[in-house]
Amino acid sequence: MKAPAPRYASNEGVIDAAQAAFGDLIVEAKDAVGEVSLTVRRERLVDVMVALRDTPGLEYQMLMEIAGADYPQRAERFDIVYHLLSLTRNHRIRVRVMTDEEQPVPSVTEIWPVAGWLEREVYDLYGVLFDGNMDLRRILTDYGFQGHPLRKDFPMTGYVEMRYSEEAKRVVYEPVSLAQDFRNFDFMSPWEGAAYVLPGDEKVTGAGPGDTPQGKPAPTPSAPPPPPVPEAKGAPTPVTADDVVKAGDAASKTVEPQAKRIKTMEGPQDSGVGQNEPGNLPEQKPKDPDIMPSKHEGQNQ
Amino acid sequence: MTDTVEAMMARDTVKDPNTGDVAIQNYTINFGPQHPAAHGVLRLVLELDGEIVERVDPHVGLLHRGTEKLIEYKTYTQALPYFDRFDYCSPMAMEHSYVLAVEKLLDLEVPIRAQYLRTFFAELTRIKNHMLNLGSHVMDVGAMTPNLWLFELREDCMNFYERASGARMHANWFRVGGVRQDVPLKLLTDIADWLDTRLPRLFEDAISLVAENRIFKQRNVDIAIVNREDAMRWGFSGPMIRAAGIPWDIRRSQPYDAYDRVEFDIPVGTRGDCYDRFMVRVEEVRQSARIMKQCLQQMPEGPVKSLDNKVVPPSRGAMKQSMEALIHHFKHFTEGFHVPEGEVYVATESPKGEFGVYLVSDGSNKPYRCKVRPTAFSHLQAMDFMSKGHMLADTTAILGAMDIVFGECDR
Repeated sequence: MKAPAPRYASNEGVIDAAQAAFGDLIVEAKDAVGEVSLTVRRERLVDVMVALRDTPGLEYQMLMEIAGADYPQRAERFDIVYHLLSLTRNHRIRVRVMTDEEQPVPSVTEIWPVAGWLEREVYDLYGVLFDGNMDLRRILTDYGFQGHPLRKDFPMTGYVEMRYSEEAKRVVYEPVSLAQDFRNFDFMSPWEGAAYVLPGDEKVTGAGPGDTPQGKPAPTPSAPPPPPVPEAKGAPTPVTADDVVKAGDAASKTVEPQAKRIKTMEGPQDSGVGQNEPGNLPEQKPKDPDIMPSKHEGQNQ
Repeated sequence: MTDTVEAMMARDTVKDPNTGDVAIQNYTINFGPQHPAAHGVLRLVLELDGEIVERVDPHVGLLHRGTEKLIEYKTYTQALPYFDRFDYCSPMAMEHSYVLAVEKLLDLEVPIRAQYLRTFFAELTRIKNHMLNLGSHVMDVGAMTPNLWLFELREDCMNFYERASGARMHANWFRVGGVRQDVPLKLLTDIADWLDTRLPRLFEDAISLVAENRIFKQRNVDIAIVNREDAMRWGFSGPMIRAAGIPWDIRRSQPYDAYDRVEFDIPVGTRGDCYDRFMVRVEEVRQSARIMKQCLQQMPEGPVKSLDNKVVPPSRGAMKQSMEALIHHFKHFTEGFHVPEGEVYVATESPKGEFGVYLVSDGSNKPYRCKVRPTAFSHLQAMDFMSKGHMLADTTAILGAMDIVFGECDR
């Protein structure tokens, strides 16, 4: 690995140890981007976690994180991703289960009490239910919030906005109104398989045998351009740019560059950062700051 | 009313010498969300038995801004400034996790000077964060002066931030592949002077006022003791787990950037109380200064950004002369760079603990999912069992020793 990311103990043998400990519960095990991920059967998650914590050679004592992720195109659309850390072996592992909106995931609060809030957060943001979590309330969103905001089908702008109403003398919630539609650009190249239809593309489908993709009959091969004819005064000159230069300066072939160096704001040499402004140099400052010098004799002097 | 009074009067006359205790109910109070010791917008629902805390239910999320959702709609470069806004007391430490995560997905090599600069400024950030936390902790338990002195140092750190990045707090200076721009030599020499003179003088002065102070010890020693097992079960990290006696520091055990090339010690607590947490942070400041000095000694000259122009935009000068650079520049600031499909969890030692980023890429120019592991979540969750049986006034000491910032907790 070239990147300077945190380097922990080698992944070697971790998957084998996990296979030996609870091989029948593993759906998929992979070692990608230098990290070990196990996908396990959801209903036996607690057994897997206990085995990961207690089996010698695995020893993942700490649960650091539970993350949700939403893949709406899948039948079981949610990934619940647990990140475990072994202090003794200095290793991290990722355990994943999949679920949908209805089937609950077994809670691991009995093993690690820290899971309480982490599961609450996944419930709040994704609507995943946890079986065995005694305190499955919302945690991050507002009191009385509806919906699960990190689902991919939840709009980024949300559904309601709130403001302080002077008439009602309290905070009121209203449907969100945008002065400008929220614009989300994707940057898929239309030539490299973008998964949408551009305006006009629909004409391509069902094209007749004589039609081109543009939906029009192919133009006949164009005739050669007509020879230049004398045109009215003020018409564009038929002369090319090359001709103009040659006609203009036959003598001076070398052109002085306009600036010695390209003007940029790369560093202090260009921007003047750190230098005193003219007029603010130390020698130009008045000796006694309380007396403003003037050219003519004034009251101060 | 008269019945009650008569009943009490009558009780005096009987032989029972007790004063007639009435069964009193526990008392529930709200602490925050607007309270100077709540360090932001924390709302604690406290159940009290007299002045003894029976149960704490922290309500978080009052600063939830949906940052993780926003990041899904931004390119990798545009997502970076959001990380400054997580823990706004230690911005560059937040950026650090994110750039390392993206670099891990890209498998991007980072020049040595950039690695040293990032290490250097991450440690400056640690000092900056601890100045705020140590100061506010002592103020929470009643001392005013050290806070003012430590804020002087924090102000110095802010000035260094500004000279490096142009912003006092939200620096946005780390980049995927290095840092935004090189620092002037004068800045490095000024920081070196500061590390030798001003920092030790002011810092040791301020700490000498409280470290051996009787009142400060009375407020902190043996308050909220956490043993090793609890620290592991509750997912503690950073100074919290070290104060519990576990010498766990990601900078040492899972080194990133230049941390494997510098020497530093890991302070560990013996009792796991609030005083230990305070003193662990105090020692961390000294160790950070030590790391920064070593960075200054070892830092080589050289580029500060990766030379891969697919990821790092070309310099302004190159852009004005080279067509290739112009194209790279345009593509970088419109489309951004594409990150290969995959997922990583990268955690660094932020001043508050393990700050992790779980990044899922689907191969496009925007993160598919960017989950942030806040340090505060696990610490604040433990507030309930840590406060149980302590006095109401101790909750501020416990909270102060946790070092919680709500930008990061609530995201």
